[in-house]
Amino acid sequence: MTGSLAGALAPSATVVTSLPAAGVQRAAWLLLALPLAGAVILLLGGKRTNSWGHLLGVAMPVAAFCYGVVALVAMLGYPAGRGQRSRDLTLFTWIDVGRFHVTIGLLLDPLSICFVLLITGVGSLIHIFAVGYMSHDPERRRFFGYMNLFLASMLLLVLADNYLGLYAGWEGVGLASYLLIGFWQYKPTAATAAKKAFIANRVGDAGLSLAIMLMFARFGSVSFTGVFSAVGGASQGTVTAIGLLLLLGACGKSAQLPLQSWLLDAMEGPTPVSALIHAATMVTAGVYLIVRSGPIFDLSPGARLAVAIVGAATLLFGAIIGCAKDDIKKALAGSTMSQIGYMMLAAGLGPAGYVFAIAHLLAHGFFKAGMFLGAGSVKHEMNDEVDMRRFGGLAAVMPVTFVTFGFGYLAIIGIPPFSGFFTKDPIIEAAFDKGGTSGALLGTAALLGAGITAFYMTRLMFMTFAGERRWHDTAHPHEAPPVMTSPMVVLAIGSLLAGGFLIIDNRLLNFLAPLVGTPPTSHGIFTPYGLIALALAVAGVGLAWALYGRREVPVTAPAGSPVTVAARKDLYGDAVNESLLMRPGQWLTRLSVYFDNRGVDGLVNTVAATLGGTSGRLRHLQSGFVRSYALSMFVGAVLLVGALLLVRL
Amino acid sequence: MVSPAHFVALAVILFVIGGVGVLVRRNALVIFMCVELMLNAVNLAFVAFARLHGALDGQVIAFFVMVVAAAEVVVGLAILTSIYRSRRSASVDDASLLRY
Repeated sequence: MTGSLAGALAPSATVVTSLPAAGVQRAAWLLLALPLAGAVILLLGGKRTNSWGHLLGVAMPVAAFCYGVVALVAMLGYPAGRGQRSRDLTLFTWIDVGRFHVTIGLLLDPLSICFVLLITGVGSLIHIFAVGYMSHDPERRRFFGYMNLFLASMLLLVLADNYLGLYAGWEGVGLASYLLIGFWQYKPTAATAAKKAFIANRVGDAGLSLAIMLMFARFGSVSFTGVFSAVGGASQGTVTAIGLLLLLGACGKSAQLPLQSWLLDAMEGPTPVSALIHAATMVTAGVYLIVRSGPIFDLSPGARLAVAIVGAATLLFGAIIGCAKDDIKKALAGSTMSQIGYMMLAAGLGPAGYVFAIAHLLAHGFFKAGMFLGAGSVKHEMNDEVDMRRFGGLAAVMPVTFVTFGFGYLAIIGIPPFSGFFTKDPIIEAAFDKGGTSGALLGTAALLGAGITAFYMTRLMFMTFAGERRWHDTAHPHEAPPVMTSPMVVLAIGSLLAGGFLIIDNRLLNFLAPLVGTPPTSHGIFTPYGLIALALAVAGVGLAWALYGRREVPVTAPAGSPVTVAARKDLYGDAVNESLLMRPGQWLTRLSVYFDNRGVDGLVNTVAATLGGTSGRLRHLQSGFVRSYALSMFVGAVLLVGALLLVRL
Repeated sequence: MVSPAHFVALAVILFVIGGVGVLVRRNALVIFMCVELMLNAVNLAFVAFARLHGALDGQVIAFFVMVVAAAEVVVGLAILTSIYRSRRSASVDDASLLRY
C-alpha cells in the first residue's frame, strides 16, 4: 500500500493561530479539575478516605478520559484547515506585572488532544491495575492521591497555551515523580532514587527556565502565539540558544543523554508508577516540548541536529544497557530510554519526523505500559522478586500475562502487523531521507538500535517466560486477578492495533499535518530500510534464542565481557556524573566550608581579638590616681592650645 | 609704666603656679586651693583684657567664674569632708579604688 501526498506543504508549516474555544470544549478545564480534585480530596482527606480512596482515584482519570473523547469528537467536527482545530480557552490571568502578562489557558489542538487521550486513557487503565497491585499496601489511598496529582500536572503540561503554564505542569510532574518513586520512603534505596530523579530533572528544568527567560527577554511574551510569531525576527544566536536550552530541559525530563542516569534508579517506585510515569507519559514530555516548539527549531538547524544526535546516541545507549540488566524493570527502563531516543531522533528531523515521533510515542505508550504492567504482574506473583535469573517457565503458570506481554514484545521489536513495525520504520526512513553523512549515520544508528532492541527483548522473554523454572522455594505464582489482567489485555490490543491505526491511510498524519507540517517525501508501508530493520530484528531474536533460549540460564550472573560489565554499570553513567559533578561539587562545598570557618570566621574573630587585646592594654591607663588623670588633662590642654596656635599662624 | 601686659604676665605666673600645684601636691585641700588660684589668675587675665578692649565683657565673665568657683568649692569640700570621715586621710593618692 503506498500513499502519496500531493502538494506537500513547505517545511515550516507549524501553525500559530488559534480560535477561541466553543461549545463543549469550553469545559476543558474539567481535564485539570477532575484529577486535581481527586488529589486534593485524597491527600487532605487522610485516613478517613482510605476505604473508598482508590475508587475515587480511578474514577477521576476515567471521567477525564470520557471528556477527552468528547473533546476529540468535537474537534473532528471542525474543518481540517490551518488553525481551524486549534481552540484556545483562557481560564484566568496568572501574572500581570508591567510588561509581563501570563494567563493560564488551555490549547486544544490535534497535538494536545493526542496526548490528553494517551495520558487519561493509559492512565485510567494503569489506575485500575494499581487497585489490584497495591491492594496489600496500607498507603494505597496516598498512592492514588499522588497519581491523580501527577495526572493533573501532566495534563496541564500538554494543554497549556504558554511556556510558563507548561513549566508549571513540568515542575508538577517532577514533584509527582519524586513523591511516587520514593513512595516507600522507608526504603533507603527508594528515597535515594527519588532524590536522584528530582535532581537530574532539576538540571533539565534549569535549561527550560532559562529558555523561557530568554524568550521573555527577547520577545516580551511567553505564550506560544507570542513566541512563535516573534521568533522570526530574532538573531540566530538567540534562537539556537533557546533551542539548545529547550533540548536540555527535554533531556532532563525524558532521560536522554547526558541526564539519563535517573531512569533506571526510578524503578524503585511501585510498578504502576514505572508504567505510567516512566514509560508512557512523563518521559515523553520532552518529546512534546520539542514538537510543540517546532517553529523555534525550524529557524535553528544546529539545535535541531543536536536533538537528532542526542536521540540517536541515547537510542544506542539505552539499548546496550538493556542487554545486560537482570532486573526485569531495569531492562524495560533501558528499553524506554532507547525508544524515547527514537522519538527524539524523529523530532530532530523536523517536520519530516514530527508525525512519526508522535505516532511512535502513542504506540509506545500502549506497548511499554502493557509490558510494565506485565512485569508488575510477574513481580506481584513472585513475591516482589525482579531478578530474571529467578524467573523462568512462567508462560505456563501465567498465560494471560505471557500473551499480553508477548503482544507488547512483538510490537516493540517491530514485527508486522504489530504497532512498532508501523511506527518505527518511518523514523528510520526519515533519518536516511535527511541525506548526507548525518542522515546516513542517524539512520544506521536507528537500524542498529532495532537489532539490539530485538536481542535484549527476546532475552527478557526467554529468561522470564520460557526455560527451566529457577524460582525460589517460597514462590507460588499463578495468574494475576482480573482487576490486574484486564488493563493488560486492553493495552495488548492497543499494542496490536495502534500502530496500524495511526499510520495506515496516513490517519495521524492528516490529523497532525496542519499543525506540525508534512513530511516532504512519503514512503509506503514496506520499504527497503523497513525490510532491513525487520531482518535485523529477526537476527536479534535468533541470537537471543541461541544464547538464552537454547542454553540454560545461570542463576548467578556470570562475569561478562567488558561491554557487559560496563552495561551492568549503566555504561558508567553514574561514574561520569560522580567524577564530573558530584566530586567537584563536594570539593567546592568543602572549600566553602573551609573558607567560611577559617576565612570569614577568622576575620570576625581577628577583629574581636584585636579589640580585646587593645582594650586590655588601654585599661592600664585607668590607674585610679587622680594626679595621673590631672596630668593627662593638662597634656591634652597643652596639645589643644598648641594646635590652635599653629592654625592661627 | 604698668600696662595690661604686666597684668597678663602676672595672671600667667599665677596660673602656672596653680597648675603645678594641682599636679604635684598630695593633699586634697591644697589641690583645691591651687585650683582657686588658677581660677583667680584667669579672672585677672579676663579683667585685664576687658580694660584693654575698653568693653565690660571680660568683667562679666569674671563674675560668672567667681560664682562657679564658689559653687564648686561647696561641692568639692563636701565630698572631701565625706572622704576624710570614712578614710581618715585627705591624700588623693589613697583614693585610687576606681582602677582596672
